Amino acid sequence: MNSLAATNEHLASVSNTLIYSSMAVYTLAFFAYIAEWLFGSRSKVARTASALTKEGTGAASAQGPAVTVRSAGGTAVLERPQVVVRAAAGSRDVPDGPGAHGGDEQGDMYGRIAVSLTVLSFLIEFGGVLTRALSVRRAPWGNMYEFNITFSTVAVGVFLVLLALRKNVRWLGLPLITTVLLDLGLAVTVLYTASDQLVPALHSYWLYIHVSTAIFCGAVFYVGAVGTILYLFKDSYENKLAGGGTPGRFATSVLERLPASSSLDKFAYRINAAVFPLWTFTIIAGAIWAGDAWGRYWNWDPKETWSFITWVAYAGYLHARATAGWKGRKAAYIALIAFACWLFNYYGVNIFVSGKHSYAGV
Amino acid sequence: MSESTTTDAAREAADAAGEDQDLGAAGSQLSTAPTDTVVPGSFGGVRGPGAKGSLTWTLREITGWARWFWRQLTSMRVALILLFMLSLGAIPGSLIPQTGADALKVESFKAAHKTLGPLYERLGLFHVYSSVWFSAIYILLFVSLIGCIVPRTWQFVGQLRSRPPGAPRRLTRLPAYATWRTDAEPEAVRAAALRALGRRRFRAHVAGDAVAAEKGYVRELGNLLFHIALIVLLVAFAWGQLYKSDGDKLVIEGDGFANTPTQYDDIKSGSLFSSDDLVPFSFDLHRFTGTYERTGPNRGTPRTYEAALSYREGADGARKKTTVRVNHPLHIGDSKVYLVSHGYAPVVTVRDAKGKVVFHQAVPLLPSDANVTSQGAIKVLDGYTNAKGEREQLGFSAFFVPTFAGAGKGTMVSQFPALDNPVLALTAYHGSLGSDSGIPQNVYQLDTSHAKQFKTADGEIFKDRLAPGQTMKLPGGNGSITFEKDIKEWAGFQIVQEPGSVWALTGAVTAILGLAASLFISRRRVWVRAVRDAEGVTVVEMAGLGRSESAKLPQELGDLAARVHAEAPTRTGPPGQGTAAGGQNSHAPDDAGTSPGEQDAADPTVSATEGAEKQ
Ligand code: HEM
Repeated sequence: MNSLAATNEHLASVSNTLIYSSMAVYTLAFFAYIAEWLFGSRSKVARTASALTKEGTGAASAQGPAVTVRSAGGTAVLERPQVVVRAAAGSRDVPDGPGAHGGDEQGDMYGRIAVSLTVLSFLIEFGGVLTRALSVRRAPWGNMYEFNITFSTVAVGVFLVLLALRKNVRWLGLPLITTVLLDLGLAVTVLYTASDQLVPALHSYWLYIHVSTAIFCGAVFYVGAVGTILYLFKDSYENKLAGGGTPGRFATSVLERLPASSSLDKFAYRINAAVFPLWTFTIIAGAIWAGDAWGRYWNWDPKETWSFITWVAYAGYLHARATAGWKGRKAAYIALIAFACWLFNYYGVNIFVSGKHSYAGV
Repeated sequence: MSESTTTDAAREAADAAGEDQDLGAAGSQLSTAPTDTVVPGSFGGVRGPGAKGSLTWTLREITGWARWFWRQLTSMRVALILLFMLSLGAIPGSLIPQTGADALKVESFKAAHKTLGPLYERLGLFHVYSSVWFSAIYILLFVSLIGCIVPRTWQFVGQLRSRPPGAPRRLTRLPAYATWRTDAEPEAVRAAALRALGRRRFRAHVAGDAVAAEKGYVRELGNLLFHIALIVLLVAFAWGQLYKSDGDKLVIEGDGFANTPTQYDDIKSGSLFSSDDLVPFSFDLHRFTGTYERTGPNRGTPRTYEAALSYREGADGARKKTTVRVNHPLHIGDSKVYLVSHGYAPVVTVRDAKGKVVFHQAVPLLPSDANVTSQGAIKVLDGYTNAKGEREQLGFSAFFVPTFAGAGKGTMVSQFPALDNPVLALTAYHGSLGSDSGIPQNVYQLDTSHAKQFKTADGEIFKDRLAPGQTMKLPGGNGSITFEKDIKEWAGFQIVQEPGSVWALTGAVTAILGLAASLFISRRRVWVRAVRDAEGVTVVEMAGLGRSESAKLPQELGDLAARVHAEAPTRTGPPGQGTAAGGQNSHAPDDAGTSPGEQDAADPTVSATEGAEKQ
């Protein structure tokens, strides 16, 4: 028993070291992303501006969305017919920005370094979560400290998977890593709880199912929310250009390099829509667990209530998207409100409201 | 549509409005979402003379307004607003104490907030989820939901029975488009298209000069299923609320419980529940076991709680043994028995002045902290006679700690939840405990208004702390009380009956499946037109149209085009005449040329992946 306790303590301290190390590497990644943006600002690409301001404007707006023709090269023999893609009616046809590096070679190099560092720190943090789990001999989701470190690991994991799938998401790097650092900072300072086992109410395999999907959904919703916020910025920028205004130099430099607002909007929608069924499942799994633990599957416990509110808010967002007049910015605001509900459910309810979910350890 | 040819100059000049209509028809019924057009009521109108005229006018007016109201209620916009109100309405219940969850907290809130309390009370904010206004929101949503599903279901059935609509005149206007010229006959091209589409499980048919095809009906089916499942879920939930029963029972080791209303310490039930609905069963508690963390920062947190039971179903079923743990209730029919609390029940023996045993029982005490510092009352109501030979009642106010800090180490506060060093502290009263007054008494409290406290010879309050096995003699030879070595534990059970939870679960699972189908499957249409141009060469045009966000549409169209193309390859005629590019130039509408310089020549695969890439 004592030697077991000793190994556990040892593992717990290994875990702490790994978490701190990952923070150090995330910080390096953070600076590399900053460098990418800084070097990128040297380039003067302004695809959005040129699409929306110059003589192009007249043609595009007068005759509806333009057709984007992709040709396979002048003289090459065609093996298969080309597909001409046209932007959906009513949306602006604006090309995506080149990314944070803005086409600058040095910027691109720093961007690659940043991604490599992100992979490295992700692995270290993952190790930290794993050793924490081993030290307590259970899933590492017994209190808010563990919840936080798992949450940021999963968020970075989602980002890396999207990158690995060759999705155009590198622009997400800087905002994501910044908040991951904040999240970890909060975890190790305010929320830290020494490793220990669970109270009996948390002994259930539904814990693994419910909590793991809750964390995963939160992380994905978070990625979606970042996309939505950037969409709002980019959309105002495009609106300003289309209306004949001149945005500030900083805004131009940053926003020119982001994908088109329609791409950001689609990105956020797909992310949110893809994870919504899983969020539904999370709530149902929670209800089943509550049925086993507290006797009633739905108790209107604050945590349950806020999960429900979050769910309804995201359902509202999906409805809004399905209804013509509510696309775009309005729908984006609903998505942000929905994510705010999620955040409140996580931090607000744990800290300000007492309920049956009082495992928070704060 | 079929008579027009691709080179028809008149069509090039077709007015935009006509074209939009044409496109609208092609995209129509691609979902069953209601269109948000507001249809007014009759709003006045002609009123015929006489009583008959005014009657018909009134009827028309009423139906007009009723229809208007119904259309409003079942529109997506109102559904959205109701969804919002539902989530807003749920918020106060999570922030203000609720009677259903914690009645005591509500009382103390009311005591602390003299002005807010009554206001909240009037607004139903202490029971939000059963309040009138909250119910109103979800009932409206429920009605809206039904009003939305029924017509959508009919519409969907109609769509399944009809065929995909014919090709719009100008396929170039669709989101994904491909064209080439070939030497194959138009009929052969259409046949090839039918085969290719059939292999990909499109529903396809030839309409005029083009093949029309559609796929992904499961999306709509899933969406309808999801909304229907929501109704099932809601009905099951409401059913459960009306027919539920939920009660508590404290059982000491060695004692038992039978599931009838009188045996409960406390029982709540839904408004349609009757006590005949209680599932008949009984159980005995043999042993409760609790273990606790011994070391570390969480020292004292419970590790296991389990109650060993034997139970029988019905009045005379076979006796079965089982263990009930937190998270592992005992299921008997519709009824579930949960372990929810535990505490200690010291066994005490009380003797009267003559030494006769007048009381020998385990007395359950209520814990007041995590280390099970407990308190309660021992009441000897019958059979006691004092030193003077008078009949009296005897009462003890009891404090109990399972782990005492040690003599001289201060107060009766437990240091650890297990029975490491149990101590029972008592003070004694004699007289009347008020048990004859007819008012129901709290078993854990003494009513000492008609009783006197025992004092020592020098007038101090008489009290003592006992270790197991010790006896305390009452002053004046008034008998004694013994704290027996055998300390029992008690377990608190919650017995819950909530019918309809299987339906709720079924609804929930269906909802998830329907939702996944609705969100991950895209419904889309493809048209393939093959006609001869002025030179007699066959021009193939393919186009795809999907519900808004389908990224894979161009990819899919590309694959289909490749298959058709394999059977009807691009004509290799004189340069500039028969190539695909040439074909496109001759038909592309004027706006095709205005693409904003996006000739991405460096990327040959982009035609197929562009949608996916443009996240
Ligand atoms: C209980 C409240 C409701 C919830 C939680 C809910 C949830 C959802 C969700 C999550 C979707 C997204 C699926 C998708 O995008 O394909 C959806 C779609 C839809 N909902 Fe609801 N809904 C509710 C009530 C209603 C009501 C009252 C109506 C009718 C007025 C309605 C009509 C629709 C329609 C037509 C769609 C499909 C839109 C499309 O084809 O894209 N829903 N609903």
